[in-house]
Amino acid sequence: MNEWLDPLLLSRWQFGLTTVYHFLFVPITIGMALTVALFQTAWVRTNKEKYLQLTKFFGKLFLINFAMGVVTGIVQEFQFGMNWSDYSRFVGDVFGAPLAMEGLLAFFFEATFIGLWIFGWDKLPRGLHLATIWATAVGTILSAYFIIAANAFMQNPVGYDINEAKGRAELTDIWALLTNKVALAAFPHTIFACFMVAAGLIVTVAAWHLSRNQHLDTMRPALKFGLWMMMIAGALTVFTGDSLGLAMVQTQPMKMAAAEAMYTTATGADASFSVFTLGTPDGVSELFSIRIPYLLSFLSTHTFDGTVEGINDLQAQYVQLYGPGDYTPTIWVTYWAFRWMIGLGLLHIVVAFVGLILTRRKSALGARLLAGRWSRWIWKAAIWSFPLSLGAMIMGWIFTEMGRQPWLVFGLLKTADGVSPNVSGLEVLISLIAFTLIYGTLAVVEFKLIKKAAQKGPDDLPEPHPETGVRRQETTVY
Amino acid sequence: MDLTILWFGIIAFLFIGYFVLDGFDFGVGMSLPFLGKDDTDRRVIINTIGPIWDLNETWLIVAGASLFAAFPEWYATLFSGFYLALLVILLSLILRGVSFEYRHQRPEAAWKRRFDAMIVIGSAVPALLWGVAFGNIVRGVPLDEGFNYTGSFFDLLNPYALLAGVTTLLLFFTHGTLFVSLKTDGDLQQRARRLATRSGILTIVVAASFLLWTTLAYGTFWSAVLSAVAAVTLIVAVLANARGREGWAFGAMAATVAFAVLSLFLSLFPDVMPASNDPANSLTIANASSSAYTLQVMTWVALVSLPLILAYQGWTYWVFRKRVTRAHIEGAEAAH
Repeated sequence: MNEWLDPLLLSRWQFGLTTVYHFLFVPITIGMALTVALFQTAWVRTNKEKYLQLTKFFGKLFLINFAMGVVTGIVQEFQFGMNWSDYSRFVGDVFGAPLAMEGLLAFFFEATFIGLWIFGWDKLPRGLHLATIWATAVGTILSAYFIIAANAFMQNPVGYDINEAKGRAELTDIWALLTNKVALAAFPHTIFACFMVAAGLIVTVAAWHLSRNQHLDTMRPALKFGLWMMMIAGALTVFTGDSLGLAMVQTQPMKMAAAEAMYTTATGADASFSVFTLGTPDGVSELFSIRIPYLLSFLSTHTFDGTVEGINDLQAQYVQLYGPGDYTPTIWVTYWAFRWMIGLGLLHIVVAFVGLILTRRKSALGARLLAGRWSRWIWKAAIWSFPLSLGAMIMGWIFTEMGRQPWLVFGLLKTADGVSPNVSGLEVLISLIAFTLIYGTLAVVEFKLIKKAAQKGPDDLPEPHPETGVRRQETTVY
Repeated sequence: MDLTILWFGIIAFLFIGYFVLDGFDFGVGMSLPFLGKDDTDRRVIINTIGPIWDLNETWLIVAGASLFAAFPEWYATLFSGFYLALLVILLSLILRGVSFEYRHQRPEAAWKRRFDAMIVIGSAVPALLWGVAFGNIVRGVPLDEGFNYTGSFFDLLNPYALLAGVTTLLLFFTHGTLFVSLKTDGDLQQRARRLATRSGILTIVVAASFLLWTTLAYGTFWSAVLSAVAAVTLIVAVLANARGREGWAFGAMAATVAFAVLSLFLSLFPDVMPASNDPANSLTIANASSSAYTLQVMTWVALVSLPLILAYQGWTYWVFRKRVTRAHIEGAEAAH
């Protein structure tokens, strides 16, 4: 058979592409639900019009993105059965439970209350309407927990036994599954990163308007809010990333070694963090590198004299444990994805930090810089916040999932053994092309629509009733 | 009680919920070219399901995930076996979902026409293919000892399954036009009512032959009883509609969809996917299910969540109970 029609390779590409695509919308949904809820709460408590305008404005951006999140999410759930049926048979007893819990306990909740929020402006009392956006925000975060718990099982399987007769993993302890230490570490890291992405979106939009000197009354507070959220969420993402790194070293040492492209085990100063390395094309020897001594030891063990295992030693261990085979992920992918994640994330925090200094109320430096010839570049940097944060997020997931390879469930099932045996390469090629075409087209439409709505800026509110002074809530329709 | 039986019931319940609810969404979408005389009409029609299509579609996600958790073998066999059919359903649902959101983003008629067409296709194709898929499940498909489907995409397009597809297409079409008639007023409502009568009569003929074929070829006593009940409620729905009792008509139609789907599930029981080549390869509630522990955990989750889900979704329908009128749509338009 033609090697291009390898169902395994094509299924991996399809799962990777559709997952990355789905996850462009997920962090915006999670982060923006909370943000919109905060703006609306500010409006309900202070009655200031600018907060209502911000609620409606960012609410609109949130909604354009929401439908895509839902419809691409169904694809994710179906693909386990469609392309990975042997995986589904092997882990369904364990892995299905958190997915079903997500649906029953969180996603229904989220999908129902988002509808009530969008269309309920003129149908629900003010307080109850506010509660619906909070319910949506809680639903999105709860959803994320169950999905991450399911994913954590693939990284670090716990709470199961192997049933030899049935040839599958069976759940023995739901609590252990839900409190998997990888889940406990990955959940806050992911959620704070989602808040970073939402903050990035707010800063991008606000900076775009402010650099054109328009919508000042709403976009000034939005910028300030966005910068603070970027700063706080960014710092929390770094801290939680650190604890996720520790959990990763304990459960998947190969992933950390692959993140560093570190072939030999090293201790103390030798366990250095490589900032940038140029190697020979075969990746075996190094031409040039910038390294920070001790840092990798600290990141992996929180001590300066820790030992970090190298790829070659781990490979030898795994051969002993699991039999002959290649247990190394694709090193250049993990190495660069890890660096891009950290680099983009840190850059994002720098933008927030500089932004907060420049926009301080009595900052003479800020006033001078923003009036001077650097101003154009400062605004440009702020406008790039959103792609920076989204890029960091995507790189993080690529690292985490590619670093798990060749395992589908670490130590239990290899990716090659999970693919559907009865789905042909041609069928997967058809679906891969179909998804690529449709997702690609929709990405263009989606981007144009969000851009258009964002550039239009907040709408003016309708005039209050001349006698009563009450402003009627508008009806929302498609 | 044996939890596998309970979970067979819960899966049936979730699919019934999905087909009753998203079923009328499909019908509403398909009715656009028949009922929408101008853009305002089309917006009225779309807005009858505006706040709820998304939560209706969520029933599919929950049904799928519950199938995965409770009957992983069933989930794996069904989804990998019906690969291309499910792909087409997924793509249709994507196009339909984004079209609701996108069509009102720009004022040009050409832009709106494009998304209207996608709503119609994105509604009709799943309405047809879900019937084809369930027809094949009931009829049985070739499975090997590992429960892997060994047929091809074209084996799914047999006469019985195609009749099942046409049946669901017509059922959902009528279900949707009855919903439009329930949720609109004036001229549009009258046209929806007349359309429902015409499509309802056609539905009775097709659905009766499908249920008869099912009963004769694959039926059990109880599936036959439920088929008969479904036939009666379908006739009640068409008669109530003819008399202008749109609430009764819609309710009876919802019952028809529910009883028909339940009848299919009962004709399967205790199999979940019968093998047409060798009964020894059939998936049953026993060999397809998760372990007793997983089912216990999931039972607790379902017992806590399902009443809550029904309560808050019922409340949502209550909040949006008012009819959508042309004035309502035009007023909202003026506000923007």
